[in-house]
Amino acid sequence: MKQTLNHTKAIYKRELGSYFNQLTAYIAIFIFLIFVMIMTFAVAQFMRVGDASLQYTFFYWHPLVYVLLVPIVGMRMWSDEHRSNTIELLGTFPISTWSAILGKYLAAATVWLAALALTFPIWITTNYLGDPDNVVIFSGYLGSFLTCLSFLAITSLVSSFSKDQVVTLVISSFLCFLLFLLGFDQVARWIQTMAGEGLSEVFTATGVWDHFRSLNVGNFRLQDFVWFATVISASLVGTNFILTSKRS
Amino acid sequence: MIEVSNLCKTFGTKTAVDNLSFEVKKGEVLGFLGPNGAGKSTTMRMVTGYFPPTSGSISICGIDILTQPEAAKAKIGYLPESAPLYDDMTVRGFLEFAAGIRGLEKRAKDDAVEQAIETCFLNKVAHQAIDTLSKGYRHRTCLAQSLLHDPEVLILDEPTDGLDPNQKHEVRQLIKRLGETKAILFSTHILEEVDAACSRAVIVDQGKIVANGTPQSLRDEYKMDSLHDIFRKVTTADTAA
Repeated sequence: MKQTLNHTKAIYKRELGSYFNQLTAYIAIFIFLIFVMIMTFAVAQFMRVGDASLQYTFFYWHPLVYVLLVPIVGMRMWSDEHRSNTIELLGTFPISTWSAILGKYLAAATVWLAALALTFPIWITTNYLGDPDNVVIFSGYLGSFLTCLSFLAITSLVSSFSKDQVVTLVISSFLCFLLFLLGFDQVARWIQTMAGEGLSEVFTATGVWDHFRSLNVGNFRLQDFVWFATVISASLVGTNFILTSKRS
Repeated sequence: MIEVSNLCKTFGTKTAVDNLSFEVKKGEVLGFLGPNGAGKSTTMRMVTGYFPPTSGSISICGIDILTQPEAAKAKIGYLPESAPLYDDMTVRGFLEFAAGIRGLEKRAKDDAVEQAIETCFLNKVAHQAIDTLSKGYRHRTCLAQSLLHDPEVLILDEPTDGLDPNQKHEVRQLIKRLGETKAILFSTHILEEVDAACSRAVIVDQGKIVANGTPQSLRDEYKMDSLHDIFRKVTTADTAA
């Protein structure tokens, strides 16, 4: 167990160093911050509306930004290993495939944790200007981060298939967008009119939006945590399966 | 140290390795020869635990690589054919990462990295980014990572490929020196290397062993002076079909 942790740590350190040695992490964090700030202040009119919970002006935009930016950070996870054949080195090191999967996944997750942490000025501003419920804001951050982790796990799965990073980016973004659309308010209403309540509910429960929004408003529902845990673990188990079967 | 028996590997309908058995003992350098596509790299990938074999068994220092992959892999140092490296790291950074993966820590890690840099003549480029290295340095960096943990078994896939004559000479000398205390399996299609570094040679063709013995015993058996002629006699040219 200790050995597996050490291996995961070694892979994690290498990957994290690699993100910050190259421009990828900086660019993704920069675009994320700029985009979210523009949407919050210019489009959603944060200062005029006075949304102290940050639900509609700030967090609302996160899943859409993640659809494109999370695969940009994650696309090299396995695709680059396949392209440069370093996967052969990893495969012959005395480590389990899981150590490598978790090390890489956690490194990419750390990049996004840093991105979210850097939005702290908006939290300070809200506390300075008003009297927000910080538990709801924390819950909003949690929902945002879990959405990001789900998209990252999907990108990990897709990148285990392909050595072409562009293919990984396009397919991952498409899958994340689909997951985003499935439960999105307007789409859910449209499905309800077209196919009835039952199907609409199934789609809403399958998509990410409903679970993300529920945490956004401060509801800690068990079903949301089960959804996020299922998507993340299924995608990582899938990654392990693909990497193992690619070698046989 | 390396015991391979009845090893087979098929990819779909193509048989890449066909019932291969051989053994490499401590203090022995086995040259693994054969034309391109003979199954050398596939065999090495199986022996290092990267590919699972279709059938057969592989044991490294008495440990079955199929049932105890991590314990067996810990005994092996491996240089893959294309010498893959993480281009965004420096030579020293990469070697430190590989030493960390091998379980070396603090002082032992620093010493191992220093030793590997010296053995593979990497002093000049130790702080250089890997993507700026020449092919020779890349190869030696990858060779250095295989030596970090002082493994009992070394598996080198075309270790002199792409090196200039001076570098080739150095690497052959290194293999010979390391071979005194380790079991080394190395593949090549440069036949001069067999005389220069190997204590024994195996020639593989279309996934099967077609000749096996010391360079001298092969000459005696085929009554030919040149290993080139023996190689041409026992293997199929890819233009023959």
